[in-house]
Amino acid sequence: MAEEKKLFKVTIDNITIDVEPGTTILHAARAIGGDVTPPAMCYYSKLKGSGGKCRTCLVEVAAGSAADPRPMPKLVASCRTTVMDGMVVKNITSERVQDARAGVVEFLLLNHPLDCPICDQAGECHLQDLSYEHGKEGTRYEFKRRTFEKEDIGPYIQLHMTRCILCYRCTYVADQLTDQRVHGVLDRGDHAEISTYISKAIDNDFSGNMIDVCPVGALTDKTFRFKNRVWFTKPVEAHRDCDKCCGKVTLWQRGDEVLRVTARKDEWGEVQSYEGQPGWICNTCRFDKKKTSDWVIEGPANVSRHSVISQGHYTGLKKPREIMPEVMGGRAPKLLMDIHDVSDVNSVDISALPGPATSETFKKKEL
Amino acid sequence: MQLTNRAKPVDRSPMTFLESLYLWNIIKGMGITISHLFKRKATIQYPEEKRTFSKVFRGLHVLNRDSDGRENCTACGLCAVACPAEAITMEAAERQPGEEHLYREEKYAARYEINMLRCIFCGLCEEACPKDAIYLSQTFAPANYGRKGFIYKKEDLLIPHPLKEMEAYKKAVGDRAGNQ
Repeated sequence: MAEEKKLFKVTIDNITIDVEPGTTILHAARAIGGDVTPPAMCYYSKLKGSGGKCRTCLVEVAAGSAADPRPMPKLVASCRTTVMDGMVVKNITSERVQDARAGVVEFLLLNHPLDCPICDQAGECHLQDLSYEHGKEGTRYEFKRRTFEKEDIGPYIQLHMTRCILCYRCTYVADQLTDQRVHGVLDRGDHAEISTYISKAIDNDFSGNMIDVCPVGALTDKTFRFKNRVWFTKPVEAHRDCDKCCGKVTLWQRGDEVLRVTARKDEWGEVQSYEGQPGWICNTCRFDKKKTSDWVIEGPANVSRHSVISQGHYTGLKKPREIMPEVMGGRAPKLLMDIHDVSDVNSVDISALPGPATSETFKKKEL
Repeated sequence: MQLTNRAKPVDRSPMTFLESLYLWNIIKGMGITISHLFKRKATIQYPEEKRTFSKVFRGLHVLNRDSDGRENCTACGLCAVACPAEAITMEAAERQPGEEHLYREEKYAARYEINMLRCIFCGLCEEACPKDAIYLSQTFAPANYGRKGFIYKKEDLLIPHPLKEMEAYKKAVGDRAGNQ
């Protein structure tokens, strides 16, 4: 008989669960799921060494362990604190935690430009969700926010340093997924910024994954830049045979055009795992395969109904039967106006553009 | 079944001679007609005379500019997602260096269309707009001979330039509530 592992009993918000020793509080809470799970901006379970920076996952430990039931004096970062047997953790039941989290959100938003109407991440942004849930309505910050010029990290990735919250996830991606890291954090403290020296191009096959791990809109896909809002696109799960990666992706379509390709996300907003391996995707899949014919489509992706992305109601969609030709003996009804003859929208194939549309794009059409 | 106590039985007795002349009834009817000649008219002579609308009237959409004449709209899509009639469509483009005097933000709506046949003038687009870029003015969409004329493009919606066409701009702004 194999030696039986001793499981630790943890109570999080009055829900008790048995977890293996060495599990972090955050993972124990994720095993319970739902509202009990603390939000995490910098921690990413698929990246080694991440976490401990943003402080959004702070929880209160009301009793350290069964052997030593004293409470921990300060709130602890749940992503970095491992559980002890008999530990009692308070997350949403603790007012201190809620108060601290509101403070953390305020700090994260100090220098954030809040340009959500422009940002491509809006609608799937973790900072947006976090500030909706925990943030205050106004700001008390009266000083100048720090600003940066937007920067190109390689031909496909756009860096908006003003939006960055310095979670370091992208540097971990570069360290752990690619063989050579050419970008990192420069300067210290308030001046810290993500950059490459002299905008050195990142041309590694897996560099695109830093777009997926970025919790805000600091790193965005240049091939999708300004092409559509996330909630007007239709997420569809698809796969293809790729010799470099797992090839399992989500296509963000409009009609039959593929506007964007991302890795599939799990319920925590992280890249999904397949047989214990995180499903990172390569740059070929992400940036070059922008045709529906490149992919085998599996079906609509599962989006939480609370997300704005599900506003299109594309799952379980049934096309109504065209009844007019049947009734009229095969004749189609006479249209008084076809909107496509009148409308200018959709006259340019936006998905075929390598970057964002500009005034030139639309001028050419008018000639 | 009786619903109210005001029901009157119909008088079916034969008319007298005086009644059969209808004289009294005619005079009574004419009295009502003539009295209306001296009352306030309910109608107006439309093209010459126009009604004043309430300050919160929701009429034709206008795409706003800021005081320097730059377009406010950033094509964020919130009006389109708020629109219950799905009347709004747009396409965004990136502002290039040298276009800063045209557009206020990094991104702008290169195409912006409102289908006035679909629009129900509920004003939700105005409510949703984070940039004060779209508002509903105090005029309504004029009649047109064809349906094509009701697809309003960006050129039709954009407010006149406040510095270049001051007269037209002032007229377009009108006495919108909360305006300068």
